[in-house]
Amino acid sequence: MVALELSAVAKTFTMHLQGGLRLAVLHGVTFAAEPGQCLALTGPSGAGKSSILKLIYGNYRCDAGAILIRSDGAVVDIASAAPRQILGVRQRALGYVTQFLRAVPRVSALDIVAEPLVMKAVPREAAAVCAATMLRRFNVPERLWSLPPATFSGGEQQRINLARGLLPEHPILLLDEPTASLDADNRAVVVDIVRERKRQGAAIVAIVHDDDVREAIADVCVDVTQFTAAA
Amino acid sequence: MNFIENEQPLLVAEGLTKWYGRRLGCRDASFELYEGEVIAVVGESGSGKTTLLQLLSGQIEPSAGQIRYRLRDGAIADVWSMSEPMRRFLFRTDWGYVHQDPQLGLRMGVSAGGNVGERLMAVGWRNYGDIRGAATDWLARVEIPEDRIDDTPRAYSGGMRQRLQIARNLVTAPRLIFMDEPTGGLDVSVQARLLDLLRRIVSEMRIAVIVVTHDLAVARLLSNRIMVMKEGEVIEQGLTDQVLDDPHAPYTQLLVSSILPA
Repeated sequence: MVALELSAVAKTFTMHLQGGLRLAVLHGVTFAAEPGQCLALTGPSGAGKSSILKLIYGNYRCDAGAILIRSDGAVVDIASAAPRQILGVRQRALGYVTQFLRAVPRVSALDIVAEPLVMKAVPREAAAVCAATMLRRFNVPERLWSLPPATFSGGEQQRINLARGLLPEHPILLLDEPTASLDADNRAVVVDIVRERKRQGAAIVAIVHDDDVREAIADVCVDVTQFTAAA
Repeated sequence: MNFIENEQPLLVAEGLTKWYGRRLGCRDASFELYEGEVIAVVGESGSGKTTLLQLLSGQIEPSAGQIRYRLRDGAIADVWSMSEPMRRFLFRTDWGYVHQDPQLGLRMGVSAGGNVGERLMAVGWRNYGDIRGAATDWLARVEIPEDRIDDTPRAYSGGMRQRLQIARNLVTAPRLIFMDEPTGGLDVSVQARLLDLLRRIVSEMRIAVIVVTHDLAVARLLSNRIMVMKEGEVIEQGLTDQVLDDPHAPYTQLLVSSILPA
């Protein structure tokens, strides 16, 4: 039984500000991930790897095909789901981790990390304890936890975002270059957590440029260039 | 925000249209709003955002279309078929309206505590101590110091006035709040504080919000869904990050590409 299945997914951008230029980015995207399996998307920059993750998460609207996500026994097609259903799936089942933190003014690092759990109705105190454990794992100094991360260094913000994204134990996890520009210690933390999630049965789709990290986490590589629309 | 899959919508708008004489205010707006959901209405000035908000909140009567609202007892009421007193009661209790200009939403000659307490008296609170207690509690929630409770809003800064207006609206625990550019005209640090407050309170109280803003960053931060308006019509709507990351309509693409990076 697969956790995530894409079939014949296509995406074209129409750029109205450039005279209606049409950019066919992807077509025929078809793959599936089982619980406990990590798929790595490979291909050169611009091949559409990140676009695939955005299509799965629902940031990009899908022009054709189906994106099926199984959660709590129900299957939702992200390509045709209503906004509320997509939000529900994200909250329950779907995690998306990039290297960039979208900082919210005045919200502390600890609260930012704890928020996805609070949204899943975990009591605030319990969520804060889990968030603290995660921040400690990513070596974020405790004196920073109560501060809003807007002024933190790029590396600190990235680690806070990873802590936030990897904290909820979602059955499906999308990783967009989580280890880019991390030092070796923190790269190892990401690898450990991803392996933990796989053991817990998460299906993972990852974009990882670092060969060692990809080797360490990926079970299958999917070459995205086969889906790249011929220009 | 938690999602209950088979929940009934709180508010349903169908084909809402408003003509001002021969000039179009808003044409054929239709959507559903669920409890705890935040919808942002974006678009340039004159695009019909405020007209839509006033239609939805029962302040101006639509030329065509209807608004159905699910009352606390579960009954569905047509906002424009109900009696005027009923509509006013709804507006005073179950709904809130936050104006861009706090002077329109506050009584400037009445103390801060009185401004908040007044809404409670409208729903039948009579005990002075209880009213004052609830007012003090709400002022604290919007970060207004207790020793300012007897001052009138005239003595408040713009940011404090806006926070007071929010407290006045929320004290009756409404299920739906309309906001018209709530952070417009505030400087950025004040705006950040207000946004953080709104975000927290709205998610804790599971209030549905329809917020009009021309600021896409505000929409991104607060809303689950976006409606983009142009020349009186909703030209694009969807999940907030979908509309902002993958805009389809030419005008939405222009809006999104016009943001200056900070």
